Amino acid sequence: MNLQDLKTKAQKLLESNTVNVIIGYGQGSGGEVRPVFIRKPADIDKLVLNDKCVQNLAVYLTKHEIKKLGKPGIVAPLPVTRAIYQLMLEKQIADGEIVVLGIKNNGIITELTDNKSIRSFISDVPSELTSEEKARLSEIKSLSQQDKWRYWDEELSACIKCYACKSSCPLCYCSRCTIECNQPQWISVPSHLLGNMEWHIMRAMHLAGRCVNCGECARACPMGIPLNLLTQRLSEVIEKTFGTSESAEAFYPLSTFNVNDKEDFIR
Amino acid sequence: MSEFEPKIIAFVCNWCTYAGADLTGTSRIKYEPNVRIIKNTCTGRIDFMMILKAFARGADGVMVSGCHPNDCHYTSGNFHARRRWIVFKNLLEFLGFDTRRIYFSWVSAAEGAKWADVVNNFVNNIKKLGPFEDYKNLNPVRASLGVLNESARPQN
Amino acid sequence: MTERKIINKASLDELFNKLKSGGKRIIAPRDKKGKIIFEEISSLKDIASDYIQTTLSPKQTVFPRYEEILSYQFENRNIKIDKETKKPVPTVLFGVRPCDARSLSTLNAVFTWDYIDTSFTSKLENTTVISISCSKSDEYCFCTSVGGSPGDTAGSDILLTHLDNDNFLAEIITEKGKAILLSAPELFSDKDKSASGGKDAPAVEKEKYLAHVKPYFDVKELTNKLTKLFNSDIWEEQSLRCLGCGTCAFVCPACTCFDIQDETNGNYGERFMCWDSCAFALFTLHTSGHNPRETQAPRWRQRLIHKFLYQPERLSVYGCVGCGRCSRACPADMNLLEHLVEIMEAQ
Repeated sequence: MNLQDLKTKAQKLLESNTVNVIIGYGQGSGGEVRPVFIRKPADIDKLVLNDKCVQNLAVYLTKHEIKKLGKPGIVAPLPVTRAIYQLMLEKQIADGEIVVLGIKNNGIITELTDNKSIRSFISDVPSELTSEEKARLSEIKSLSQQDKWRYWDEELSACIKCYACKSSCPLCYCSRCTIECNQPQWISVPSHLLGNMEWHIMRAMHLAGRCVNCGECARACPMGIPLNLLTQRLSEVIEKTFGTSESAEAFYPLSTFNVNDKEDFIR
Repeated sequence: MSEFEPKIIAFVCNWCTYAGADLTGTSRIKYEPNVRIIKNTCTGRIDFMMILKAFARGADGVMVSGCHPNDCHYTSGNFHARRRWIVFKNLLEFLGFDTRRIYFSWVSAAEGAKWADVVNNFVNNIKKLGPFEDYKNLNPVRASLGVLNESARPQN
Repeated sequence: MTERKIINKASLDELFNKLKSGGKRIIAPRDKKGKIIFEEISSLKDIASDYIQTTLSPKQTVFPRYEEILSYQFENRNIKIDKETKKPVPTVLFGVRPCDARSLSTLNAVFTWDYIDTSFTSKLENTTVISISCSKSDEYCFCTSVGGSPGDTAGSDILLTHLDNDNFLAEIITEKGKAILLSAPELFSDKDKSASGGKDAPAVEKEKYLAHVKPYFDVKELTNKLTKLFNSDIWEEQSLRCLGCGTCAFVCPACTCFDIQDETNGNYGERFMCWDSCAFALFTLHTSGHNPRETQAPRWRQRLIHKFLYQPERLSVYGCVGCGRCSRACPADMNLLEHLVEIMEAQ
């Protein structure tokens, strides 16, 4: 990963006033990295780039505290770029509103300024589940119905309803989330298992077809619940049944339909 | 000991299945009385959360039914619903939820007999499966009470 | 009043079994797939070892994640309200850190302030705290900056300090602790028999076995500093990366914010008390639609000023014990300690 190249590009963007803030990764506690918001070109050395840079920074693009800082340039490893593209499709980011410093796995940094260039950037690398991820899903799918229920009951009992999953997800940007609906209180506030189950089912469904599989939800969860398994499973189903989002006409599969959709359970 | 009488909630669309169920009645076709029908404008309006909430409130089985594809009163509502149900059913299966307790169907306004068949079939299956304890027991505080206690119903 | 005794691991095991068979529920740290949480254990073997601090705090024992306050049911045309609170189970909180033991006094100050929350007090009365001193710490710990220390006895009924080999120094601090001592006096001895020379318990140099946590600031100066910073723009800068989730409040042993939620189902319903967080955007949303803390900056400010200014001012306790859980669990790496140090250095 070419840190110097990144710093040079980012500094130039700030100096030329193309952007007002660079959202990137900086030194964090415990040897980890954390999000940084650089406004002065002189601070550019705060940027770091290594394989610890996994937090999905796209979540900050829809926060009004960050939007207030001005036009952002964002350091974007592949999952971040994918999230940004999805946000653009959903009209949360206007064409040309941000500058993306896209980073592919080979470390090369590309400046992307519009929807089209971002799209071609990510289309080279198909977003597929890794073989470990597929194996993990198969492991759960192979359990009996009762064992699956027991597995998820145990995992979801640990949920404390801190909403770190929702807060760290770049695609959970609704200014009024369903959890805030209180007439009626659709999603329970106390963290009993029934409420937890409903919350995670609801969240997985609202992300179905939109999730970019960055894994941030599972990383953010203080209780270590593998939440990304739910949306991964749905991505699997959606790809198999409706095709990939590249081929669909709308911005995510559940926002549209095909008159020839196939199923085997409707009587 | 009296036989278990399941509580079934059916979310149906107004234009097809609701009218179809009406036809079942006017045709004097007898069918299992366990189903409580909730009218919606279209299956496209039916939120998957409604199905979950029905189970949380004590349903032992839930039916969702609407117009056949291409016959939707609003043209495409049922197409959207179909996609949603495919995804939802897969999610529930992944979680180990017993999806035998949910029936999805297309019942048109002329299919009075079909409605009776689908309901009878479903009620018999649910009777064999028994009450949905797995889900009712999720709320630990009320696990022993059960979600719909007989004495909690108005006596009149 | 503190009495010093020595107890070895085998006797500790026996003491554990004795307490358990005497009807006490024993709650201790357990490793659940890499996250250390507090749970009921049936044997000392189940206790997690070799960790700096648990993920969730032990406050759940006296201030549960959610609890039913009352339930109601319609019977004909009458309403029956059931407020019967279950009798608290006699509990031993085993293996908490001195910082966690301290936090109990903050919880107590809040829950007995203007209204005695008997649900809380009865649980606290029925809980005996057996803490273990810290022999290790990490960069997130700062107990010594907020009036605590790795071997602090405040809040504990018995404090154990791991000495050489399998021996522990047992400091019997309160009447509750004494009751445990008296229930099995044969398990405790006055001499550290393993050490060459056999030190008398009172002569054991406890500090030798404790972690070293350097003080980062003087908490009284911090309180003073905060009185001047209400309108500073430091809050906006510090809160930029905060995501507004509830993780810090929920893992914190001293956070007490809670919500009251009614869950109804036709003819019956339940009223729950459950955890809440001031970091949530809607925490201060008024019915009118106005939100006095509309952005993350005033919410972040509130968190710090509440813990380090309002609480000491009004309740004479600090809202923080320096355990570092919030910083370890934060998905955006806010790191409370770093921010506090920055505040101390702010102009």
